[in-house]
Amino acid sequence: MTGWLDALIQGVLLGGLYALFAAGLSLIFGVMRLVNLAHGDLIVLAAFVILVIAERLGLDPFAAALVALPVLFAAGFALQYFLLNRTLGRDLLPPLLVTFGLSIIIQNGLLQLFSADSQRLRSGAIETASIALGGGIAIGVVPLLTLVSAITVIVILNLIFHHTALGRAFRATSDDLDIAQLVGIDIRRVFATAMGVAFTVIAIAALYLGLRANFDPTSGPARLLYAFEAVIIGGLGSFWGTLAGGIVLGLAQTIGARIDPEWQILSGHLAFLVVLVLRPRGLFPRALD
Amino acid sequence: MTNAAPPPQAFRIETAGRASRFAAVGAGVILLVLVALPAVAGRNLIQDLMVLFYMLALAQCWNLLAGYAGLISVGQQAFVGFGGYLLFALTLKAGLDPLLAIPIAGLTTAIVALPTALIVFRLRGAYFAIGTWVVAEVFRLSFAQVKGLGGGTGTSLPPSATSGVFGIEWVKTVLDVRTPAARDIVSYWAALALMAGTLAVIYALLRSRRGLALGAIRDHEAAAAGLGVDIYRVKLAVYVASAAMTGMIGALIYLQKARISPDAAFSVLDWTAYVIFIVVIGGIGTMEGPVVGAIVFHLLQRYLADFGAWYLILLGTVGLAVMLFAPRGLWGLIAERYDVTLFPIRRRLMIDRGDGET
Amino acid sequence: MALLETRNLLAFYGDFQALYGIDTSVDTGETIAIIGANGAGKSTYLKAIAGLMRGSADSVVFDGQPIGSRPAAAVMKLGIALVPEGRRLFPSLTVEENLLIGGDRRRTPGPWSLQRVYSLFPILKERRSSATPTLSGGQQQMAAIGRALMSNPRILLCDEISLGLAPIIIADVYAALPQIKADGTSVVLVEQDIAQAMKVADRVYCFQEGRLSLAGRPRELTRDQIHRAYFGA
Repeated sequence: MTGWLDALIQGVLLGGLYALFAAGLSLIFGVMRLVNLAHGDLIVLAAFVILVIAERLGLDPFAAALVALPVLFAAGFALQYFLLNRTLGRDLLPPLLVTFGLSIIIQNGLLQLFSADSQRLRSGAIETASIALGGGIAIGVVPLLTLVSAITVIVILNLIFHHTALGRAFRATSDDLDIAQLVGIDIRRVFATAMGVAFTVIAIAALYLGLRANFDPTSGPARLLYAFEAVIIGGLGSFWGTLAGGIVLGLAQTIGARIDPEWQILSGHLAFLVVLVLRPRGLFPRALD
Repeated sequence: MTNAAPPPQAFRIETAGRASRFAAVGAGVILLVLVALPAVAGRNLIQDLMVLFYMLALAQCWNLLAGYAGLISVGQQAFVGFGGYLLFALTLKAGLDPLLAIPIAGLTTAIVALPTALIVFRLRGAYFAIGTWVVAEVFRLSFAQVKGLGGGTGTSLPPSATSGVFGIEWVKTVLDVRTPAARDIVSYWAALALMAGTLAVIYALLRSRRGLALGAIRDHEAAAAGLGVDIYRVKLAVYVASAAMTGMIGALIYLQKARISPDAAFSVLDWTAYVIFIVVIGGIGTMEGPVVGAIVFHLLQRYLADFGAWYLILLGTVGLAVMLFAPRGLWGLIAERYDVTLFPIRRRLMIDRGDGET
Repeated sequence: MALLETRNLLAFYGDFQALYGIDTSVDTGETIAIIGANGAGKSTYLKAIAGLMRGSADSVVFDGQPIGSRPAAAVMKLGIALVPEGRRLFPSLTVEENLLIGGDRRRTPGPWSLQRVYSLFPILKERRSSATPTLSGGQQQMAAIGRALMSNPRILLCDEISLGLAPIIIADVYAALPQIKADGTSVVLVEQDIAQAMKVADRVYCFQEGRLSLAGRPRELTRDQIHRAYFGA
């Protein structure tokens, strides 16, 4: 029995990681209807950035991630402003194919720079620390931190979206591009700012990715798929929905792994397909669409 | 004011221009040359051309989906791999002649594509794209569990299976070559037939009334729906047809390679990234585009593939740049400059002004 | 010199020409009515001034500056606000947020604040936290006007604010105009309801198929003149 309870707890904690992966994707799609096929690769890229900062400056990963935040915000802003803004328009193809090309470039660029070796963000004692819950069940500190961070990020994103002028601009732009301009919004800068914010979320996701597991230049696509599945399962238009989606996905994977370790990832995909068939709009879609 | 009625105007719909008439003759000649080629060409050329043929065929299928039906799939590798595994299953387990297994693989892929479509069609646009990728991953992970076909490490076709292919004995005697070369030649002809067949099917489809519907959907989906085009059924038909052809091509590819594994058969890079590159470089939404793209890609592969990661970075960058600055691809640039069409699909309204002029 | 002038203003939708050289002027504090049949180019005229359609730089001159080629976001910051046809409030924002966003990026000084808009349209204060799709047509129109006012405009462009509203509601909406005018704000009203527009306007322009067919003061124009200008010979 403890085995199943353990799987449930691990599933929820894993869900926190997936929610972090998904939050950035959800934000970008919410504001500018862009699905970034390079999203997973950007998470991996951010992980490498944190790795390099940690090694060069002799910092632990948490401090390195803090240093990386403004750097990545600027990178995201620039990427959107100078490259991705050019792809947005009525046609579906350019943003998809440009981000797909970006994905290939990032993966191979990382391969060139860092080789195909597996990497990890080392954080010392925390890595193996755990909190005992009694009855033989323990929760890892890092997984717990991941979930807590995911919740914090979502709270902050909701705060930005619903209680700041920037958030108003995000929502207005997403509603009506023309009228948003009428009230003085510079679309290109708003999109770039949204991407910058998404990159900071990506940075946080990268931190926990690197702390929890090994990563290498080809780890990107799998993360994109998990992020995407979490968003769809949860339902478009709500950050809390994305958290729920991440947790459902995490649970599907850990329960599947409990049945057979080789089935972990497949179980996640199957759960996604089931939700897609039964509830195409997700489990917690936004009321108006 | 005089009330003369305007003279009755005769009109006809013309599809073939002069260039396409030349191209039709030219294509016939080229086809004959290609069929006869094994008599004089070395194995390397035969193998290279075979790759060119099946990449072009895959590109035409992807172009049909994305350029005409507006279905941008990043998961066609699902059907390539499925076709490949089906060929192995039919050949190894059912003892079928591989050449017979190819069309059966295509048919089976079409059958599997139906429920797949019903699921992924619930998604739209970019989400549809990723959905197809998820499906491909499900296929990959599932086949990795099939121990009978090698599980995660894959399996090979024994020489008994590959040498027993229909026609090899005939080739050995007529062209006086050994078994391995004969196998290549038979595969080459099969690839040529598949490519020609794919082109023919797509061409026929686009020239038909369904093709008109596809053109309408591509140009403006909402308007097409308003005119009564049943978008869902047309897209479904195109998706299944494309899957069938892709499945057959996959079967052929893995017959030729004689070795299959889940990671190779369902590789995003080989069967989607390269294919997309070909279509983008050549020009989306035209039949001539993928031809140009396949040739360009073939040359790049030949001379630059050794550069590994740098080569892929180059491909990604070029693809990206083309998408941003020349979205209609190389063929698009040529066609715009010289107003030329080789595959006469578009219909031009020619009006007789009654005085002999049009 | 007039506050706003259009000089030989042209406008195209692709190959279709919607405006053929429009010359108009708006003085500080004036109320101008733009009348004309459907498709005459009235909305296009407003969009061109507001920057939603770009033309040559000196086709629109505001306060001496050529702004014809500037984008909408820049034009708004100069002090020209458009109440668009169909209101077009942001559905993801509450009433109050719609008003706030109208003023988030303003650059011109002026008297408008959330409080002042609420005192002009008290019903909006009651419904401040509602989602805008739940408002009635008249309330939405008031919210749209309020949003435009929050940018402290020197010129308020109104595109068919009476469209789809019952006469008594139209009267409520128009009742707000005197207070707007009292600040010295110029108002340009595009209207299909000629009677209402003529009542409040200082001058009127009539459009017909993309051209100016009439210009003058309401009191000096006969019904016949207007009829001919509206419908053509």
